[in-house]
Amino acid sequence: MKLWLTLFLALQFAFSAYAAEAVPLAEDPVVEQRMLIITEELRCLVCQNESLAASRADLAQDLRREVRGLIKANKTNQEIRDYLVARYGDFVLYRPAFKPMNYLLWFGPFLLLLGALVVLVRLVRRNQRNAAPTPLDPAQRAKAQSLLKDPGLHS
Amino acid sequence: MKKALIPLGIFIVLVVFLAIGLTRDPHEIPSPLIGKAAPLFSAPILQTPGQAFNSKDMLGKVWLLNTWASWCVACRQEHPILVEFAKTKSLPVIGLDYKDKDAEGLKWLDHLGNPYDLSVADRDGRIGIDFGVYGVPESFLIDKAGVIRYKQIGPITEEALRDKILPLVRELQKS
Repeated sequence: MKLWLTLFLALQFAFSAYAAEAVPLAEDPVVEQRMLIITEELRCLVCQNESLAASRADLAQDLRREVRGLIKANKTNQEIRDYLVARYGDFVLYRPAFKPMNYLLWFGPFLLLLGALVVLVRLVRRNQRNAAPTPLDPAQRAKAQSLLKDPGLHS
Repeated sequence: MKKALIPLGIFIVLVVFLAIGLTRDPHEIPSPLIGKAAPLFSAPILQTPGQAFNSKDMLGKVWLLNTWASWCVACRQEHPILVEFAKTKSLPVIGLDYKDKDAEGLKWLDHLGNPYDLSVADRDGRIGIDFGVYGVPESFLIDKAGVIRYKQIGPITEEALRDKILPLVRELQKS
């Protein structure tokens, strides 16, 4: 009897330890859903190439907790993003803000594309000019004819 | 001839940009809080948990907020420098024991020396989040008006202390 009791207590202890280690799931699936949508577009500052939604870093877990709290406090998605940007800077946003400092980031690729198109058009035009066929004079024509007729070429 | 040099020119510009990129540490993310008022906080003092420290009480002083934790490896590297620096009594240094167990934090201070005027316990890391802390140790130099003037990301080194922090402290203390 005593053995069973010990075993029972030991098992209980083991399970409670397990429960403490599990990542706490939000009790509210709606909050969780919104939290994921917001944090998927935010960068984890510890791992940098992982989103806040996917990261297992300690800080990411804390920040997800903060975001859950803000959602429950009826903040809009923009307010929540602003909250994080105020603390960690624009770097947390995977989608950079559209403001003068970032214009090069937004327009840069299109400028490069435009430049490439200009170069392409100029190259094509120049080639067309150079490739314009010059007519053969009668002597050249006759030589070509004789070469084409030469049976030796076909053997 | 000149046209043949254009691709070379573009290549050199690219190399210069990439070379500059290599000298920068991607883990050093500039803080948006520099030049802004430091977040106000009130938290229990590590040694006397019954008492709270309020950062408002530091207004009128130039002070250093240093985040640390007993589990933090880089803090071990920084600690002796801070202990030496504290002896100069240049300015108040407040520790923020970030996401630590109070007992572990106290043990760390007992073993390695206590450079802090006092340390506060940020048990759930919320104060750290308000300061935009993403990796301990980080330190913030705060002026008399409560504005963050400088942030040290990673351990405070002797060079950073000598070249950046101390000159700034002297300048801020004068004003």
